[in-house]
Amino acid sequence: MQTILNAANGQKAAARRKRTREIIKKLKRNWQLYLIIAVPLAFILVFYYAPMYGVQIAFKNFIATKGIWGSEWVGLKYFKQFLGSYHFPRLMKNTLGISIYALIAGFPIPILLAISINECSNRFIRKTVQFVSYMPHFISVVVMTSVVLMVLSPRTGFINQLIMMLGGETVDFMAKPEYFKSIYVWSGVWQGMGYNSIIYFAALSGIDPALHEAAIVDGATKLKRIWHIDLPGISPTIIILLILNSGKIMNVGFEKVLLMQNSVNMSASDIIATYVYRVGLVEAQYSLSAAVGLFNNIINVILLLSVNWIAGKVSETSLF
Amino acid sequence: MKVSFGKERRTALTIGDRVFTVANYLFLFAILVIVAYPILYVTSASFSSPYAVSSGKMWIFPVDFNLRGYTAVFKNRQILRSFLNSVMITAAGTGLNIVLTIMAAYPLSRKTFYGRGVFTGIMAFTMFFSGGMVPTFLLIRDLHLYDSMWALILPGAVGVSNVIIARTYFQTSIPEELYEAGQLDGCSEAGFLLRIVLPLSVPIIAVLVMYYAVGHWNSYFNALIYIKDQDKQILQVVLKNILIESQMMEQMMVDVAEYEERQGLSDLLKYSTIVIGSLPMLILYPFVQKHFVKGVMVGAIKG
Repeated sequence: MQTILNAANGQKAAARRKRTREIIKKLKRNWQLYLIIAVPLAFILVFYYAPMYGVQIAFKNFIATKGIWGSEWVGLKYFKQFLGSYHFPRLMKNTLGISIYALIAGFPIPILLAISINECSNRFIRKTVQFVSYMPHFISVVVMTSVVLMVLSPRTGFINQLIMMLGGETVDFMAKPEYFKSIYVWSGVWQGMGYNSIIYFAALSGIDPALHEAAIVDGATKLKRIWHIDLPGISPTIIILLILNSGKIMNVGFEKVLLMQNSVNMSASDIIATYVYRVGLVEAQYSLSAAVGLFNNIINVILLLSVNWIAGKVSETSLF
Repeated sequence: MKVSFGKERRTALTIGDRVFTVANYLFLFAILVIVAYPILYVTSASFSSPYAVSSGKMWIFPVDFNLRGYTAVFKNRQILRSFLNSVMITAAGTGLNIVLTIMAAYPLSRKTFYGRGVFTGIMAFTMFFSGGMVPTFLLIRDLHLYDSMWALILPGAVGVSNVIIARTYFQTSIPEELYEAGQLDGCSEAGFLLRIVLPLSVPIIAVLVMYYAVGHWNSYFNALIYIKDQDKQILQVVLKNILIESQMMEQMMVDVAEYEERQGLSDLLKYSTIVIGSLPMLILYPFVQKHFVKGVMVGAIKG
């Protein structure tokens, strides 16, 4: 009995040794690749993973002289402080309001544009529309925002000149909180629709032309072909992008909001990300800011995973 | 799609299809006008006289063509200084980005690379979860990068989504047989990467250069929080001060007294500043445009 067990153990040990040897062999064979990847990996560990270690200050009363590790634990104090503050409902409302508005207004337009460009048989017009509509993507947020401010300026702005010409009253758009969301969303649509249509256009050109030919023979109109061939053809792309965009619902384009924000429109423009910035970097309440940031990040991950899960159930197209 | 055009011409178009075609052209034309007009307006305004713009006489093309805005901008030392800083950071940053992205993507693209799942996982995780603004800020400060241009180059040196794009490109466009042939010839991994993979990857490198360069040139937030010294400041932050907070206008218009003229000139200066600040990327754009679709397609393939 004993000898049999020993033999079995010996065999297991031998197998384990063999596996270890194989792993070492694989590691040795790839040593050059490890050396190559070590450099970018070091950057990732330092600049992405070290801040994740630092995120513990959300649960601590961070005092700079004591350092991240030396500061005292306070549990969920800052999370409670944030969730209980009068800022919280307003921040949630603005963040979700802006991003859901942006998703509803901004998501279908690039699809429409791509289909429209794809249907245009004149090569010159197609190329021109593509060239021009991609261009705003290359304009920086700072320039974009400043153009918006100038166009909407109460005295010299283009829109107000038009209103005056038609005999109306000038409006100071940036001072009215009720206009903020629309200005943010539609300037974003202007800037992004061309560039965002590229992916759909690419998907459309991947559709088998034989499908269209067969449909033409069967007498299908253009609209019918778009509805029954083009849209189903690009639906995996649409679903993947919808998942990605829904996962970003708590991540509003913070850089632009920060630039468009002013003391008058705060009630509509204050979002979680600008709050994190203001509390953390302007007022130096590091722990509170880190807690709010972490809260936002966790919601993002949950959102992405659940939308992905739902999409996987409903349509069998998912990210992972 | 292309094949079907020929067929369509032979079949008579129904009325519905004709209406659709016309409506489609109208839609494209509307898009074209909506996108192009503001760009044209700003550009033309920057070459017009301040009066013509503020009184609404200028609609499409420059009125009273002049370069006053541009001479004032070029006289401003801070704009020039920050322009050069931005060029430097964009060039150095993009260079480092490309080198590191390829160094990360190449091993991950090799099927025989032991542990590639683990490495991919480590990288992909950062796309979904991050430490956040304050922990990153504290890290930069602890690394003594605060108020240094390195703070704008090093933290984003590896763009993980771009690594995935490059990896996918390598996987799909460089056949496994090439690796085997290279190994038989005793070629080292680095040699293979430099001599075989890179020359075959020009389109994806062009796309990556575009992504990273546009990112560097157009971002302002990191410079806003990490750079204090005005001599090291980048263009976008200076543009923000001029265009959004209307700072520095006074010193740019010392010789103009009249209120009306000041108001007009301040707008003119803004228009010229906008054009100069956007020009480098708009010049880059036509060169990379043909690689767009390719880059987007590669990026769209599931990891």
